[in-house]
Amino acid sequence: MYETNYHRASSIQEAVQMMGAAAEGKYVSGGMTLIPTMRLRLAAPSDLVDLRHITELKGIAVDGRSVRIGAAATHEEVATSAELGAVCPAVCDLAGHIGDPAVRHMGTIGGSIANNDPAADYPAAMLAVDAVIVTDRREIKAGDFFTDLFETALEEGEIITAVRFDAPAKAAYQKFANPASRYAMTGVFVARRNDGEVRVAVTGAGSNGVFRHQGLEAALSANWSPDAVANVAVDASDLLTDLHASAAYRANLVKVMTKRAVAAA
Amino acid sequence: MGVDGIGARVARKEDRRFLTGKGRYTDDMSVPGMKYAVFVRSPHAHATITGIDATAARAMPGVIDVLDGKQLLADGIGNLICGWMIHSKDGSPMKMGAWRPLADKTVRYVGDAVAIVVADSVAEARDAAEAVVVDYDLLPAVTDPLQTLADGEPQLHPEAPNNLIFDWELGDAAAVDRALAAAAHVTELKIYNNRLAPNPMEPRATLGIYDAGDDHYTCYTTSQNPHLARLVMSAFYNVAPENKLRVIAPDVGGGFGSKIYIYPEEIVCLWASKRTGVPVKWTCDRTEAFLTDAHGRDHVSTVKMAFDAGHRITALKVDTIANLGAYMSLFSSCVPTYLYATLLSGQYDIPAIHANVRTIYTNTVPVDAYRGAGRPEATYLLERTMETAARELGMSPAELRRTNFIRSFPHQTPVIMNYDAGDYEASLNAAMTAADWNGFAARKAEAEGRGMKRGIGMSCYIEACGLAPSAAVGSLGAGVGLWESAEVKVNMAGTIEVMTGSHSHGQGHETTFAQLVADRLGLPIDSINIVHGDTDKVQMGMGTYGSRSGAVGMSALAKALDKVEAKAKKIAAHLMEADESDVVIEDGALKVAGTDKSVPWFQMALAAYTAHNLPPGLEPGLKESAFYDPANFTFPAGCYICEVEIDPETGRTQIVQFVAADDFGNIINPMIVEGQVHGGLAQGIGQALLEGVRYDDSGQLLTASYLDYAMPRADDVPSFTVSTSNTPCPNNPLGVKGCGEAGAIGSPPALINAITDAIGNNQLTMPATPEKVWAAAQPAH
Repeated sequence: MYETNYHRASSIQEAVQMMGAAAEGKYVSGGMTLIPTMRLRLAAPSDLVDLRHITELKGIAVDGRSVRIGAAATHEEVATSAELGAVCPAVCDLAGHIGDPAVRHMGTIGGSIANNDPAADYPAAMLAVDAVIVTDRREIKAGDFFTDLFETALEEGEIITAVRFDAPAKAAYQKFANPASRYAMTGVFVARRNDGEVRVAVTGAGSNGVFRHQGLEAALSANWSPDAVANVAVDASDLLTDLHASAAYRANLVKVMTKRAVAAA
Repeated sequence: MGVDGIGARVARKEDRRFLTGKGRYTDDMSVPGMKYAVFVRSPHAHATITGIDATAARAMPGVIDVLDGKQLLADGIGNLICGWMIHSKDGSPMKMGAWRPLADKTVRYVGDAVAIVVADSVAEARDAAEAVVVDYDLLPAVTDPLQTLADGEPQLHPEAPNNLIFDWELGDAAAVDRALAAAAHVTELKIYNNRLAPNPMEPRATLGIYDAGDDHYTCYTTSQNPHLARLVMSAFYNVAPENKLRVIAPDVGGGFGSKIYIYPEEIVCLWASKRTGVPVKWTCDRTEAFLTDAHGRDHVSTVKMAFDAGHRITALKVDTIANLGAYMSLFSSCVPTYLYATLLSGQYDIPAIHANVRTIYTNTVPVDAYRGAGRPEATYLLERTMETAARELGMSPAELRRTNFIRSFPHQTPVIMNYDAGDYEASLNAAMTAADWNGFAARKAEAEGRGMKRGIGMSCYIEACGLAPSAAVGSLGAGVGLWESAEVKVNMAGTIEVMTGSHSHGQGHETTFAQLVADRLGLPIDSINIVHGDTDKVQMGMGTYGSRSGAVGMSALAKALDKVEAKAKKIAAHLMEADESDVVIEDGALKVAGTDKSVPWFQMALAAYTAHNLPPGLEPGLKESAFYDPANFTFPAGCYICEVEIDPETGRTQIVQFVAADDFGNIINPMIVEGQVHGGLAQGIGQALLEGVRYDDSGQLLTASYLDYAMPRADDVPSFTVSTSNTPCPNNPLGVKGCGEAGAIGSPPALINAITDAIGNNQLTMPATPEKVWAAAQPAH
C-alpha cells in the first residue's frame, strides 16, 4: 500500500470538507474492495475519508412498506434487521450471503452500490425493487444509477446517504456463486409489485454490469410462475465470458436462477 | 501400549502453540539491524534483459542497496540445479538449461527474479522496486505443453532443442504392442492432469544473516528439509561451505512439496546479507506465491489398456507429456518418471507395461513435486481407465478390479516396483460396505425423483512412500541418499531429547515421534522433546516429503532407541547386580524380570552421567544416534468411493458421501492419520472440482489470487467416512507405511468417476467446474 492519510468524518458536512482539502481523496465505507485494491497498489488515494461513523448514514427504518436503509448500514445489520425482514426478507437474505462474516460486519450497502462491482449482489436488488439512491445532493432512480462496470451516476465528491424503496409484494434473490471468489457468477433478484408488475434484475452475468431482463419480466408479469421462464430466450451475446464461465453458461444460469427465485419468492 | 504409546489418540503437543498464536515462523524472526527485501520480478513471460538502471531506486528513502544478476554472477553464485539425472531413451542426459537465481540475460516466466532491493522497511523496498528500470526486448512465449515441442515454437533454452528436456521410457514396448494386437478389448483414453498451485497457509519466507566476524551464514527459511537446503546451497550454489552455513526451518505452516526446493530467494538473501552487511528478510506475498512457488502436476497423456476375453489386463501403454515449466526445479525430473511410471501397475497384475514420458519447457513457473508427486498422476490415469473399461465391458467396476487384483506378495511389477504386502480386496470390501454400495440404485432413484443426477465412483490406489533405498535411487539418477538420522539424548535426570532429520510442517512429529519413545521406554510423553529443523542442533537429515517421516525417520529413531536401551540395561544391570539380559524396561523403570528388583529410569540416567558406578569400560553418558536406510519403498494402498449428486440445471456437484478405506500398515496415532487423510482428500477434491492454474497465451498468470484460483472450502467437502484395514509393512521395524499423501492421490479419480457416472458422459476434465459438468450433462451428448 502506498502512504495515505486517514480521516474519520463525523458528519456529511465534515466529510465533504475533508474531501475538499484532499489532493486526491477517496471516500471509504467498509473498504472491502478499496482497501485490498490499495494493498495491491492498484489504487493510491492521497487521503481516505471514512464515512462509516457518520450518524446520519446509519440505521434501517421501516414505515409500513416504505424502507430506508442508511448508506453505512453493514450487510450484517441488513441481514439481521427484524423490521426489514418483516416486509422484505429477500433483501435480508441477499445481505446474509455476501462474502463471509468478516466482510458482512465491515461492508456497507452504500459502499457496495457506489462501487458497482458487476458481480456484487446489492445492485440487482436495487434495480429490482426500483429503489431510489439518496445522496447528499439529490435522489437518483436505481435504473439511472448503475451506468457501467464500476461506474455510477455519482458525481465527483457526491455521497450516498441512504437507499429508499417500497417493499415488493413478493421477492427473492438466487445466486450461483463463483467457486473461487464466491461473488455472483450469476445472481437474479425478482420482485413482484402488488399490481403484478415484475422486475428481474441480473448481476454477475452482464458485459456491462447489472441489468434488467425485459423478456423474463414480461413473461413473469403475465404469469407469475417458475414455469413461465421456460420459453423465454436469454440472449448470450450481451453476457460475459471470462475465465470462470462462458456467456452461454451464464445465459442458462440467468434462466435457472430466475426460475428458482420465483419459486422461492 | 501405554496411554501415550503407539496406537494412542494422543492430542498433538504442538497444537497448543499453533492454536494460541504462539508458533514461531520464519517471518516472526527478527534480529538486530535486520532489513527487508523485495524482489524485482519480470512482468514478461519471455524476454531478453537489455539493461537494468537502479540509480533512482538506490537514491530513494530507506534503501540500502539494489543488487542484480550480473553482480551475483560476478560473486560466483551458481545456477539452480535439478538433482536427479534422467537419461533419454537414446542415452543422452537430460537437457538442463541454466537457471540463474537472479536472471542476468533472459527471463523465462512471469515472476522470474531480476533484482533484489534491500531497505529499512518493506514499503520502502517496494517503492524502490517499482523505481528499478529494467529494459526488456520481448520474445515470443509458449505456455501450452502440447504446442511447445513443435518446430517454430519459441525456444526457452539453447541446451534443449524444441524445448524437449528428455524423452524417457520404462518397460517393454514390444511386449506391450504384442498384447495390444492380441487383445480382446482395448480401452483408450486421453487424460489431462491439471496444473495446481500448492498454496500452503504460510507463504515462503527467508532471513539471511551474514556474520562478518565469524565469516558465517545463518539462513532461516520455510523449508521441509533444512539439511538438504544447506547441502545444495553449499555444494552447488557456492553460497558458503556447509560448516559456515546454518539453516533453520522453524515452525513451517504447510509445504505440500513446495518447500522442498531451494528457491532463488534464500540464495539471494544470504548473498545480499554479505554484500550489504545487514541481515535481509524476505516474505512472499500471496500473489508472489502463485507466481513463484513450484506448481504441481500438469500432464497430458494417452493410454491404451488391453484386456483378454476373461477381462484380465494384458498390457498398459502410456504416453505422457509432462510440463516442467521454464526451468528444471530440484526434483522435477524424478516426479514424472520414477515417482509416476513405476506406479502404473496400480493394484493390478499387469504382465506388460510401457510408459513413454517427454518432459518439456514452457514459459511458466517451474513444476515439481506436489502432495503425491507422480503417484496422483499415475493413479488418476489408471483409475479413470479402469472405470472406463468397466463401462465399456459392461462390468461392475468393483468386479473388474477384483478380477485383476494382485493377490500374492511379494509381487514384482514390470515397472521396477516390488510390492511387499497388501490386501486390496479387504480395502475394497470395507469401502463398499461403508458406502452401502448395494443400496446405490435406490438412492439414485430417489435422487431422480428430486431432479438430481446421482453417481458413484471408486478408485483403488497404490502409492510408494519412503523413497528408497539409497543405493537403488542412486542407480536411477538421484543425486542424494534417502536415509534418515536420529539421535536420542537422555538428559542427566532422565528426560529425553530426540534430534530428528525429519521436519514437521503440519504432520505432528512432536507428538508421534514422542509416542514411539514413550512406548519404548514407558515414560510420560511430556518428558520427551522432539528437536528438528536446525542444522546446528540436528546432526544430519534428509527432511520430510513423500510420506517418509514415519517409515524412514521413525525407523531411524527406533534404531537409536535400540542402542539407548542396550546401554541403559547395561548400566541398570550393573546397579542391580543382575545380568543385563534379564533387564526389561517398563513403566519408566528398569527391572529384573521375575524379581522385585528395579531401578527408576531417572536414577539409571543420573548414574550414566555421575559415572560413579558404571560397568568397567563403559563410557559415561547416554546419547545414541543412528542412520536408517530403508530396504524398500513402502506401499500404502486403499479404496476410495465417492457418491455425488449433480444439479443438471447448473452442473453443480455436491459430494454426498466420501468413503476412504486405507491400508497404512501399523498406525502410531489414529487421530493424526485421520487428519492427514481428511486434508489429503480435501486437496484431491480441490484438484478434481475446483483448482486449476491458467496462463494465457502470452504467459500471463490468470489465476494469481483467490478471486480466480478456487481453493476447497469447508462447504465444498463432505463429512468423510474413513477407516483402515492394515497389513504391516515387513520392511521397516515399525511396520508403518505412510499416510500423508494417500488422500490426495486416491480421491480425484473416485470423484471424476462418480460425476461421469452421474451424467452418463465420460468426457470430462479436471477441474470439473459447474460449467463443464453442465455442458457434459446436456442431452445432446
